[in-house]
This record gives sequence, structure tokens and C-alpha cells, in this order.
Amino acid sequence: MKRSPLRDLIVGIFVLCGLVSIGYLSIELGGLYYSGPAGFKLIATFDEVGDLKPRSAVVIAGVRVGQVVSIELDDILRARCELDVDPNLELDVETSAAIKTAGLLGEKFIALEPGGSDEMLESGDEIDRTVSALSIESLVGKFVNDTGLEGD
Amino acid sequence: MSEPEEPEFRIAFDGVSLKRGERVIFDGLSCGFPRGRVSVVLGGSGAGKSTLIRMIGGLQRPDSGSVRVAEQDITGFSERELFKVRDRIGMLFQGGALLDSMTVAENVALPLREHTRLAEMDIESEVDRRLVAVGLSDTGHLYPRELSGGMSRRAALARAIVMDPEILLVDEPFSGLDPINVRRIEALLVDLNRHLDLTLIVTSHHMASSLRMADRLVFMVDGIAIAGPPDDLLKSADERIVEFLIAESDSFAEHHELDVTPLMDRRTTPDRRKNS
Amino acid sequence: MIENMGYRSLVVLEHLGKIAQFALRIVVCLLGRPYRIRRIVADVYDAGVLSLPVVCLSGVVVGGTLSLLGYTTLVRFGAEEALGALVGLSVIRELGPVLTALLVTGRAGSAIAAEIATMVTTEQLDGLRMMSVDPVDFVVSPKALALLIVMPLLAGLFIVFALMGGYGVAVGLLGVDGGSFMASMEGSVKFWNDVIGSFSKAITFGALTGLIATYRGYISEPTAAGVSAATTGTVVVGSVAILICDFFLNGFWGV
Repeated sequence: MKRSPLRDLIVGIFVLCGLVSIGYLSIELGGLYYSGPAGFKLIATFDEVGDLKPRSAVVIAGVRVGQVVSIELDDILRARCELDVDPNLELDVETSAAIKTAGLLGEKFIALEPGGSDEMLESGDEIDRTVSALSIESLVGKFVNDTGLEGD
Repeated sequence: MSEPEEPEFRIAFDGVSLKRGERVIFDGLSCGFPRGRVSVVLGGSGAGKSTLIRMIGGLQRPDSGSVRVAEQDITGFSERELFKVRDRIGMLFQGGALLDSMTVAENVALPLREHTRLAEMDIESEVDRRLVAVGLSDTGHLYPRELSGGMSRRAALARAIVMDPEILLVDEPFSGLDPINVRRIEALLVDLNRHLDLTLIVTSHHMASSLRMADRLVFMVDGIAIAGPPDDLLKSADERIVEFLIAESDSFAEHHELDVTPLMDRRTTPDRRKNS
Repeated sequence: MIENMGYRSLVVLEHLGKIAQFALRIVVCLLGRPYRIRRIVADVYDAGVLSLPVVCLSGVVVGGTLSLLGYTTLVRFGAEEALGALVGLSVIRELGPVLTALLVTGRAGSAIAAEIATMVTTEQLDGLRMMSVDPVDFVVSPKALALLIVMPLLAGLFIVFALMGGYGVAVGLLGVDGGSFMASMEGSVKFWNDVIGSFSKAITFGALTGLIATYRGYISEPTAAGVSAATTGTVVVGSVAILICDFFLNGFWGV
């Protein structure tokens, strides 16, 4: 095959464009981004996690600081979530964890809210205060009950 | 019709049979091709001339019988083993079979690039040398589609001989060419045979050039081969040969210098098939 | 009738076996030898760059159409903000890889099948064999690999152009808010499920098309009719294979 620089260039540009578009889809839309430093482990146990999944986000004040590593049942049949967050954070022992939903039907994530204690959490510690996921069904049910729309 | 085994045969067919669907192509064909000679395979179209050549190259396997090339029975060879045999064979296909995505020079260089570790400069000079040898010195940069029929056949010839094969198979080198190109290719082939001691096997239905070139003629008739020195065969009284010769010489006699009168004399009865 | 069906299914089975063998030969060639970079680049050019216009144009049109259709439905529920999610998810998960694969099969797969079939007809492949060059190694593998490389790249471009088309129609024509369109799209598209799933599909389809196109060309009859049969066969078998494969991938991936 004879070298033809123009064709090589065009092929190069083509491959580059393709990769850029794949990169755009992955990073911008897919939400795959560098999640910052990690390695600080926390445990949080919930009565109900809804459709929280491994790799769901962990945020503080709306800023992503880590992700859910695993979700499993513990001995008393509650959902035990292992979180991996930025070790540079200073979280006190009164920090609470709540499962929230982005928008009405969106993705579940865990929101951490720092407390006011001077005692700090160590890696591997458990967060005591947790708020479980609200499922849309129970919300609707509640709404229906409260407003008496059920029609008795 | 098989002949006594002669030791100097470079290529030998022994009892080769081949069917394509219902049609019998070879029916126990046996013949040999002597080393360093020009053998011309003659026969009407569909007589299996191309198939014969493809069998020597291992491109076509017989249903039964054996094909020996350079002292090896290649009938049961795997593709990998065939590659070893083919390293000693050059083949010129009827249409040239040049790769049309590459220039002429790249085509000729292909076997060198694939099978040798020559430096790029050496490859280029070797390619030039071969192209000059076939009279195509300034066409290296052209693509096969830009060549005329005669030119692409000469380019293909350059590619077929670039690895200095011992055996050169040539399929219908003269078909569709004008008399000048026929002469030119004929001269090239004879030259190769003389200078490189090539075992040359040519299929053709072009009587005039065949007779000029051949050390040995092989007639393909009814699935078998009748082989021998040209003089013997031309004098032979075998009906099938006579019939073929007459039909062929009629169509060429007007345009070529072949003298057909001795053949005409041998024709005893008026032949209805003359006007083929 | 039943005999005929039995015979036909045997033929299909035989072809499947041969395709598997052929795929193995390609893989062995790709692993065993130094890469034929020059030939692969040339084939990427033929299959990829030359397919670019049709893929990009189709992308824009498909994205625009989705926006139009989705809008008329969503607006009834007052949910036109979800248009971004609808366009994004359908293009990324399904339409992007599948339509790209169908377009590439029609555009590049058929061309590859025709080229290889022509090489069979003009004895170019036999010519290679006589030079002790394996045609699968020299001609087939680079083309199959080129399609495998090209497919995810083209799918990526198709998706981006479709999203642009969808955005253009939604924002420019239908008056949806651009910010909420993008936010709804970004919020609903997941990396692992959607983006990775999409490109796994594209890569699978690339391998499938590459295999079918080269195989169909390689086994074609050495006649002009053989060339046209190879071209048609590639488009028909390739398209159906892509759709069937898509169905099973969706099943495995867990919709």
C-alpha cells in the first residue's frame, strides 16, 4: 500500500471525531466523570432503599462527593449500604444520610447532611441517622388518604 | 492414452478424475510435463485446460487420482503445505488477476514484501528490473484498470516471475489480444524458458503461437490428455486430434502463417463439424 | 415440503458452521500476524469516512423526527421537558447503534462484499493464493476489522448528530426550553446502562456486519451474478441478523 498522507489525515480526523463523540456521550450525558479522591468508607443502614443501586451518587449540599459501593441485607433484614467518599471531608458523628430522588421520577441518591458534633467519623464507621427512601406509591397513597380522595 | 513414465517429469497427473455437478471434466487423466520445457495444453473451451492448470497450483483438488508437483503428491496437502509448493510456482491468470486496489509496482512488489525481508530500495529496484524485462518500464505508478489487456498481462507476468519460480503456469495468455501483443507475450515466455530454465506450461487454443513455442503438446479431449512432441502429435492419426486441428486451423489459417495443407490432406472424409 | 424445510435448515446450519470457522480464521489472522496497518487504514477510510455523510444526515433527521413525534405526545401531559430524556434514551439505547449498523451494512458492508466477490470473479484471490498469500489474512481480515473499528465511531457520531437534530427541532421549532431539554437528557442517561450498552451493541453489530459481508463475498460464485448475489445477500442477511441480535442483546442487557 502506498502512503497517501491526505487519506491518512482524513482517517485520523474521522477516528478522532468518533472518539470525541463517544467521549462526549460518556462524560457529559452518561455522567461518567472523575469522581474525585475516594477511599473513605462509611456504612449507612436503611429500612428501604427503593431503587438505589451500586454506583449511585453520594452528595453533600448537592455536590457529588462519592458513590455507593454495595447494598446488601444485614442480619435484621435492613439494607446495609457501603459508601465510598472523599477522605478529605471532615464528617462528624452526627452526620445524617437520606435517600433522595432527583426530580419526581429521577435517580435515587444518598444525601449526607453534616451535624454539629466535634467528634469526627473514621473510615469504616457507621452513620446512625438515616432517612429511608420514599417510594412514589406510598407518597401517592398518603396523598390520597390525607385528602380523602379515596371516597369512603 | 497414458505414456510410459519418464523420470524427468516435473509435474505428473496420474488417473485424475473430476466431476463438476453431473459434468465429467477429467476422466482418469494421466500426463506429465517435462522439466525445463515448454508444454502447451490445447483443447476446446470447456475441455478443462484452466482446471488442469489450477490443479497444478493446488487451487482445485481432484476427486480421485494424484497430482505430483516437484516430487510431491500435493493431492492431500493442506493450504499451509500448498504455500510451500506454490513458492516454487508462478502463475499468470487469464485476466492477469492483478489486485486492482494497488498500483502495478505494488502488485509486482507484493510477493517480495510478503515473503522476503528486502529493504524498500532493493524491492523497488527489483520491481523496476522486472517491469523493464516485460517492457513496461514507465507504468509502475498506474493502476491495473489504466492498462490495456496486453499490458496488464505483461504486468501480471512480471509479478508471476518476481520470485524466480521453477515452474510457470500460464492460462490463456493470448486470448483477446491482437497479433502484435500475441507475438510480444510469446517472445517473453520463450525468453523466460530459455534463460531461466523455467518449466513452462501454457494453455491456449491459439494454434499458431502454440506450435511455435511448444516442446510438447498436450491435447485435452473427452476428459483425458494425449501428450507428446508436437511433430508426433501432428502426424498422429488420432481422429480427435485431427478434428481439433482442422477446426482450429480453419479459423486461424487466414490470419496466421500456419500452413494447413498437410492437415487438409489428412482429412479423409468431409467433416460436418468443420464450420464450427 | 417438510423434507425441503429439513434440507434448508441443514443448509443454514452448514453456513453457520462455516461462518464460525471463517470467524476463527479471521481472528487467528488478526492475532497471529503483524497488523496490516496500511490496509486497515485504507479500509477504515472506505467503510468509515465514506459512510460519514449518510450516517450524519440520517442522524439529524432521525433526531428531529423523534423530537416532533415525542413532543405531540408529551405535550398532552404537559411533560414536554421530558423530551430530552425521550430523544436521548431512544437514540442512545436503540436507534443509534441499530440504525447506524443498518446504514453501514447497506453502504459499506455491501461494498465490501461486492469488492471481495469481484476479486473472486477476477481470480485476484486465487492470484494471492498462488503467491502463497492467504486472502483471509491479506484481504478479508483488514476489512472485517475496519468495520469493527468503524461501527462504534459512526454510532457515536450518529447519536451526537441525532441529539443535535432533536435539540434543534425541540428548541428551534417547538419552543422547548434548551436548558431543560439538556437537563432532562443528562438526568436520564446512565453511563453503565445506556452509553456502555449502546457501544457494546455497536461493536457487536460491527463484528457481525464485518463477518457477514466478508464471508458472503468470499464464498460467492465467480460470475457477475455471483457478485450481485453477494451484495444483496449481505444487505438482507446482515440487516436481519442485526435486528435479531439487537433483540437478544436487549433481552440480556435487561431492558
